[in-house]
This record gives sequence, structure tokens and C-alpha cells, in this order.
Amino acid sequence: MTTVTTTPTERAYEPVIGLEIHVQLRTQTKMFCGCALSFGDDPNTHTCPVCLGHPGTLPVPNAEAIHFALMIGLALECELAPRSIFHRKNYFYPDLPKGYQISQFDIPLWRSGRLGDVRVHRVHLEEDAAKLVHAGSSGRIHGAEASVVDFNRGGTPLVEIVTEPDLSSSEQAGEWLRLLRATLKRLGVSDVNMDEGSLRCDANVSIRPVGTATLGTKTELKNMNSFRFLERGIAAEVARQEELLRGGGEVEQETLHFDPRTGGLSALRSKEESHDYRYFPEPDLVPLAPTQAMIDRARTALPELPGARAQRLERELGLPGDVARLLAFRSELGDFYESALSADGATDPHTLASWVTVELVARLGDVDPAESPVAPEALAELVRLISARSVSGSAAKEVLDAMVADGGRPEAIVVERGLGLAGAGELDAVVDRAIEANPDAAEKVRAGTAKAMGAIVGAVMRETKGRADGGEVQRMVRERLGLG
Amino acid sequence: MSELLELTAARAAECVRAGELSPAEIFSAYRERAEADDLGAFLWLPEEPPRPAAATTSADPPLGGVPLAVKDIFCVEGAPTTAGSRILDGYRPPYTATPVERLAAAGAPMLGKTNMDEFAMGSSNENSAYMPVRNPWSPDRVPGGSSGGSAAAVAAGLAPWSIGTDTGGSIRQPASLCGLVGLKPTYGAVSRYGMIAFASSLDQCGPITRDVTDAALLLRHLVAGRRDPCDSTSVDFPEEIELPSSHDLGGLRVGVVPELSEAATIDAGVKAVFDAALERIEELGGGVEEISLPHSEHGLSAYYVLAPAEASANLSRYDGVRFGLRSGDGDLLSLYERTRAEGFGDEVKRRIMLGTYALSSGYYEAYYGRAQRVRTKIAEDFRAAFERVDLVVTPTSPSVAFRLGERTADPMAMYMSDYCTVPMSLAGLPAVSIPAGLSEDLPVGLQITGPAFTENRILAAAHALERAFGFDSSPARRPAAAAPGR
Amino acid sequence: MIDREQVLHVARLARLELTDAEVERMARELSGILDHLERIVELDLDHVEPTSHVVALENVLRPDEPRPSLARERALAGAPDATDSGFRVPSPGAAAANGS
Ligand SMILES: [Mg+2]
Ligand SMILES: [Zn+2]
Repeated sequence: MTTVTTTPTERAYEPVIGLEIHVQLRTQTKMFCGCALSFGDDPNTHTCPVCLGHPGTLPVPNAEAIHFALMIGLALECELAPRSIFHRKNYFYPDLPKGYQISQFDIPLWRSGRLGDVRVHRVHLEEDAAKLVHAGSSGRIHGAEASVVDFNRGGTPLVEIVTEPDLSSSEQAGEWLRLLRATLKRLGVSDVNMDEGSLRCDANVSIRPVGTATLGTKTELKNMNSFRFLERGIAAEVARQEELLRGGGEVEQETLHFDPRTGGLSALRSKEESHDYRYFPEPDLVPLAPTQAMIDRARTALPELPGARAQRLERELGLPGDVARLLAFRSELGDFYESALSADGATDPHTLASWVTVELVARLGDVDPAESPVAPEALAELVRLISARSVSGSAAKEVLDAMVADGGRPEAIVVERGLGLAGAGELDAVVDRAIEANPDAAEKVRAGTAKAMGAIVGAVMRETKGRADGGEVQRMVRERLGLG
Repeated sequence: MSELLELTAARAAECVRAGELSPAEIFSAYRERAEADDLGAFLWLPEEPPRPAAATTSADPPLGGVPLAVKDIFCVEGAPTTAGSRILDGYRPPYTATPVERLAAAGAPMLGKTNMDEFAMGSSNENSAYMPVRNPWSPDRVPGGSSGGSAAAVAAGLAPWSIGTDTGGSIRQPASLCGLVGLKPTYGAVSRYGMIAFASSLDQCGPITRDVTDAALLLRHLVAGRRDPCDSTSVDFPEEIELPSSHDLGGLRVGVVPELSEAATIDAGVKAVFDAALERIEELGGGVEEISLPHSEHGLSAYYVLAPAEASANLSRYDGVRFGLRSGDGDLLSLYERTRAEGFGDEVKRRIMLGTYALSSGYYEAYYGRAQRVRTKIAEDFRAAFERVDLVVTPTSPSVAFRLGERTADPMAMYMSDYCTVPMSLAGLPAVSIPAGLSEDLPVGLQITGPAFTENRILAAAHALERAFGFDSSPARRPAAAAPGR
Repeated sequence: MIDREQVLHVARLARLELTDAEVERMARELSGILDHLERIVELDLDHVEPTSHVVALENVLRPDEPRPSLARERALAGAPDATDSGFRVPSPGAAAANGS
């Protein structure tokens, strides 16, 4: 869990942040036609008359996309619309083949939900646009720049999730998006990959004087395609708005584009006309009125969600709240943890949790441990060696380094590298030498100054390169000095 | 040969099945006639007849290989498909519309593509970007629209039968003006997949034929007993379409709507033929009752909000990116604006503007929202009426075929052509137009409508009346045809 | 009742370039049509539900089963300006070579 230390300053303003998230669903086919979904295939190899918007074609909704959207709404504890309809959102853009996007407007599938401590305003279904690729210097039309449209992505099922403006810092926004991502991942409805665009997040940002309830003018931030960019983008925008207001200026309602290279924000070129999408009910589609059977099927398909998992880990295993949340929100960590825990009932849950969330995370960063060379059973074994005092803490870290680099079983690594705790026979001589070498310290310990023990234990540790158990060494020293 | 051309399509199909005629004979006879088209009815004929029964499912297909004139609004794989618009000049779709596919599979191969008002917007066929169509009954008059090419081709004997599309009257009105049978099925009965959209919540495909039996036969195979999984709004037709055989109206209660049949816009000659038809209905044992559809007079207003609004979105895909015409000077805005300015004709632009305005911020509720509510009221009016009567009859068109150019300067006057047909479209109801007589030596149509999915009832009544009227659908057989007057 | 400015605004929304003469004529014709449509603005429809579909259908869905896509050459075949792999368009935001 990221802990952020903020220096207490007199902050006259507080940010008010809401997120709009687009999630590409992981169905077999597109939202309204039978083309297979693809990522990274050759351009325009997954198209048909329907998703190219040919004259006379008609959309037919994908049942699985509706099922996934129902699962998402249930997971976000939303209220289901008994009957929702699709609208046409009209605008011209080369990535929009029909000149309108089929989306849900005034009656979304779901509204009024919650995830963690953020309220969800609405959840609706729509279709993704195609991809516009800049053609480079060779692609010019009458001397002007050209782009090439790839319709492979066009028509991918999307779920749009809009939150209430319940977030008040960029860190909190990032943290909440991680929870949402973990939840969606757990549902198995999306790849939720921000690099590849299967999870996309826009933010609405405004600030207001601390302690007031009014909402300031908000700006819309786009193109923040990683957690880091999201946090940086929001932080930069909050700072910009604060500076504006402090300088007596006013925030202008606009759409800003985050530039990952500079970390700066730039206004998108203003459109020729104000937004007027001329929404009207899509006459080619009939209403969506989920039946009890459809709802039951979605409910049955729900796995344990991160929020519930955190509570369970805390309650049943007694893990500290923040550790439980980290394991649950980064469900790949939780999965690794639980799989290690079940490898052998004898593994201590607390020690294991800290080795996963602290030591392993420090070494792997954002990488899913399941994709690292470290096997969950191997980590469990290492934790058991630690608990059985067969290996010291610092030696165990060295073992883990080796496991992260090359895999392998900890016991073998301990033997191979001679990292096992020094046995009593070996220690006898080392302890004797350490007392001899530190006569002053030995005298003070005899006289009752316990902290003088440190020098002798330190010498033992130095000589055994950390392979000695500190408690055992102290016991042996006291025994030799006649204090046992 | 000329005898062959006199046969109704159903009769020709019977002859094929009896071994008296071959599909190739029929195809080439009509192919020759279609090639000699001087009415502007066809936009395209294939170089050679489609490979026999490529899509046919049985060796002895029920439609016998009798070829079909197809309105150019239906996508046919590899065949030029323009919807009467410059913006689709040269467009060859990568797929085929379900209605065309189903009829071809049943043994009605495509004869050619027929002319139409651009994107089905018009009531005279003068809005075709390619050429106007002339009415075979009188070449200085319009055939009606938007399925004017399909109607003219069948009336002139250039094709045995045809399919068109009807949004507010585009099958029924040209059928009426050309002395033919034109059926707009219940919304949802026939798949819209591959039919270029004008107004999606109103568009329906249906037959334009020489008689009621041919219409029933085509409808049977358009419906094909099952919905089309490619069209979310298509439904399983609840019963099989029968070939009608009634000779009377035994006990049917038939409603007459003063709001429609006595409106000021109805010409006296049309009214006279309509009144005579009511007498025939009673002679055949039908009970004529006056009923009211109080909101039907607002149908046209609602229609001219809803249809252009839907059209404004449906036509956004013509942007010069993936198919069709492209223009512009190199920037994106001009690509859009020039392509569409050059590709669309005046009427299409007018409706795009009207529809865009009706949906735009600040006007949606006043126009679109209210029009949708009028639509609800009109559907309720019909429901109430059908508690009292089995069928409702009206004139199909307020006037007979008018002269080319007569109404082009006045959009509102042109729109009035749909006055009697639009209410059924708004309510999604089936309606057929059959020729009921002549006024000024030109055909006058009678419209018969019923509750949703009562096509069998409507066609049975139409069949009985057709026999009673004894109308000859061929202008060529009229004594006056040799020397067209006026 | 619909003026020149409104015509231009709507034409921009609809991406239609209109000549001056067309703007004038459109303003006149649309006003005429809208005048006629005014009659429904006067109806009392406060408690009437809007109708967007006349078919009584719900939940018409398609199983999530892939169907063959078009070969790329076919997808690009009708494009007015195609590269080997896609549909070429002027870049959004790129300035026109010669303004209109
Ligand atoms: Mg969206
Ligand atoms: Zn597709």
C-alpha cells in the first residue's frame, strides 16, 4: 500500500474528483456483429459489413456482453433498470463508421452503486470506436497530414462506469482505480490492461474551498493510460487550478489531454460546434429487460470480490487490515498468497503475508508473482524454514533473491550456498572467541549492563555471516558468563 | 412469347412446375423487355442472368424461376447498389439483403435493379439522382414513389413482379398510381437486413405485383415462416401466408375513416372511385361502418419529424471514408461537407436538415418527443377502431398520378401524397393498395388495413374485391393506350 | 421562423456544405415545413408515452459466436482512398491545404 506523507500546509482548496472508466469486455465477438475480437492483429482483418457501417446493415447485441455487464453491475452493487434502451449518439469522426455510436443514454443498464467508499453513478453498455493511426510523413493528402483507420477495434463491447465525484486526491483516485481494476479482473470480464487500452480512465477534476459543499468548474482529463499517469495528471491539474484561483483567475470548462512525455496538460482543439450529440432511441434495437434467469446467471458467475476477500483475510486469518487489502486488491498477490498458504497447513499466515506483501513485492514490483520464477510452494517452504529457525531472516532474504532470479527450492539454495544457521558445535568456538575478543563488553554484561551484549553478538554474526540465531547466541553468552 | 408476358407471376410459376415453360425462357423474355425499358424504370441489369438457382434450396423451387425486379435500395453482393443516390455511385456491396436472398432461394432470381427516389425520399420518383421514372399509363406523369421504378416496371410488363420498400407509403402510393397491388407488411414481418435504411422504425419491404395472389406468394416467401437473426426487430410471423381464394367479404366489418377519406386533400375523382368501392364492399357482404381515427390527421406532421430524424442519423455513414463518393480539399471537415454536399440531392439534404434540427439541443422535446407521442395516440386510435371493425379502408393516394414537375417546387404539396398511408406506417400496421377503378383514365387505389399480422385477412378481402372490381392492370391492353390523350 | 444562422448551425452539425442560395432556400422551405408541423406542438400530449418501437420485443440477443470476417481486400475494395492495410483520411485537426 502506498503511503503518502503530505506536509501539513494551510490548504485553502480541496480537489473534487470523479472518474469515467471505459472497460473493453473480453467476449469472443464484437458488441453488434460476429467479428472476433483481436488485439495486435493486422489492421482491418476483423471487419464485416456491420462493423464497417455498410448501408443496410443492422446491429444485433451480443448476449455475453450483456451477461458481463450484468456481472459488473452486481459487483458494483448497482440498481438494475428493469428496462433499458440503446440510443444513438451522433457525431462525425473517421473512427466512427456509422456517424453515431450506439450507447445507452437516459436509461442506463445500472445506476447508484458503490465500490469501496466511492459511489458509482451509472454503468452502461456501448460500442468502441475504431483506431486512427497517424500515417506518418508519407501519408499526405494534398499536402495535409493523413491518418489510416483500422476498424479491428471498432465495435468492441465496452462498459462505461461513471463515479460520483467522491475522490479527493490523485492518490485516492489511483488507489480506487486499482480496486476497480482488481474487481473487474477478478470477474474475468476484461483484460483490464491500461497499456493496451482495455481499461481507459478519464477524470473530471474541480477544486473548492475547504469546508464548502459547492462544486467548482470542472475540467475533463483524457489519455491517462497508466496508474502513474492518472495520478500525475490529476495532481498537475489540481495544482494548475489552485494556481489559477489563487491568482484570481477562473477555471474554464474544457477537455485536457495529458502528455505522458512532458507530464503536462494541453487543451484539445476546440470543436467546430458545441457538443450536440442529438441522442435519440436506436430504432434498430429493442429494449433490454434482463429476465430473472439472466440476473441469476450473472449472480451465480460472481467470484469472491476483492472487498469481501479483504474482510475474510482479516477476519479468518487475523491479518492486519492494510495487509489484507493489499492482498485482496492486487488479487494476483492474494491468489499467490492463498495458494502458498494451502501448499502446507503448517505455514504461518502472518509471516507468509509479510513475505509476500513486503519482500516479494519489493523484488517483483508490478509483476504478477504467478509469472515469476518463484513458486508459491517454494515461498511457503522458505517461510517454514524461517519459523523453524533453520535459516536467519537476513539469510532468507538472500534465498529469496536467488529464487526470484532463478527459481528453485529454498532448502536446496540454503544447502548450496551454505546459508543454514550455524549449528551448536560450530557456534561454541565462535562464541568463545567473541567473548575473548571483547573482554570489556563481557565485564559489563556480568555487571548487569544488558545492552553491552550487542558487541559480542555482533562479533558472532560477523563471523557466521548472519547464519546465527541471535536469541541462541545471547543464551550461550550468558551461560558462559555464568548468568544462565 | 407475348402470351408468356401476359401471365401473372404465380401463373408463370405454375406453368414452369407443370413443365410448360422453362425458367430460362421466362427470364430471357423479361430480360429482353427490361432492356428495352424507355420509362427509366431500371437502373441496372446484370450482364448475364444469375447462375441458375445459385441460392436455390430445392430443385423445384416454388417461385419457378420467375424473375424479380428489385428496388435499388436492396444490397446485392457484387451488384451496383445506389439507393438512387450519387453518393453511392459505383458502390458494390459485399453482401446480399435477406429479402433478396430468401426470394432467390425460393426461385425468384433478380431480374435487375429498379429506379427510386434517392434514399426512398419522395413520392414521385423525381428525386432519383439518375433519372425520373415515367408512368406507363401516361408517360408525362409520375409513377409515384419512392418505389416508382418497381411499380413502373411491373405495370409496363417489363417485369413479372417486384419488391419495393415502404416507409410512409412508398409501396402503396406507386402501386396506386400505376394500377397495381402493393403490400406493406406489418413492421417486423420482413427482415430489413440489407435494405438501405431511410427511417428504421418505419421501413418495411413488400411486394408490388399485378394481382393479389402474386403479392401473397411473394410475401409468403419473404416471411419464410421464420425471423431473421440479422435483424433485431424482425419477428416470427404467427401463421403461414395463404394464397387467397375468397370471393366475398362474408360478415367482415369494414371501417371508413372520415378524417382520411373526406379530407380536403382528396380529389373528387378519387373520392368517387372510393365511394363506388364502398358499395362493392357492401355487395360482397361486408358491413361498412364509420369509425374515427382522431389523430390520423396529425400523422403526416409526426411522420415528417420522425422519419427525417432517423434518416439524419442513418445517412451519416455516407462520409467518403469506407465506400462511395469522396470529395473535399484535403481537410477532414471539407471531406465530410463536400462529399455530402455533392453526393446528396436537394430532397435528401432538406430531410437531413429537418431531422438534424428536430433532434438538436433545445428542440428535441418540442418536435421528436411530441411526434413520438402522436405516434402512440395514432396506434391507440387504431386499436380502438379494431375493437369495432375487422378492416379499415381509405383511398391510397389523395390524387391520381400527377404530371412530372408539377409538385417539385413545393415540398409540402409533395408530402401530402402520403396523407392516407402514413398513419398505418406509424402504427406499424399491414396495408395493401389494390386498384379500384379509374379517374381521368388513371388508376385509383383502395387501401385496406388491419391489425398487426392480419395479412391473411387483408389479402383475402383484397382478393374478393379484386375480382369484383375486374380491373385490368395492364395499361398496354387499354384501348386508349395506343393514343395517349392529353 | 428558422433563420440563416440556424440553417448554418444545423448544416454544420449535419456536415453539409450549403451554397448561399441553398441557405436562403433551406431557410424558407424548412420554415414552411416547420409551420405545418407546429400543429402537433399545440396538441395536449402531456400524459402520453412516447413510442420508439412498434414491435413488442425485448432482449433480442445474439450468441457470442464468431463468424468469418471479410478478407481485407474486400473490406477495402470500395474505399475511395485505401492504403494496403486501411482507410486513408485527412488527419483530424490537420489544417486544410487551402481553406474553404
Ligand atoms: Mg462512452
Ligand atoms: Zn464485424
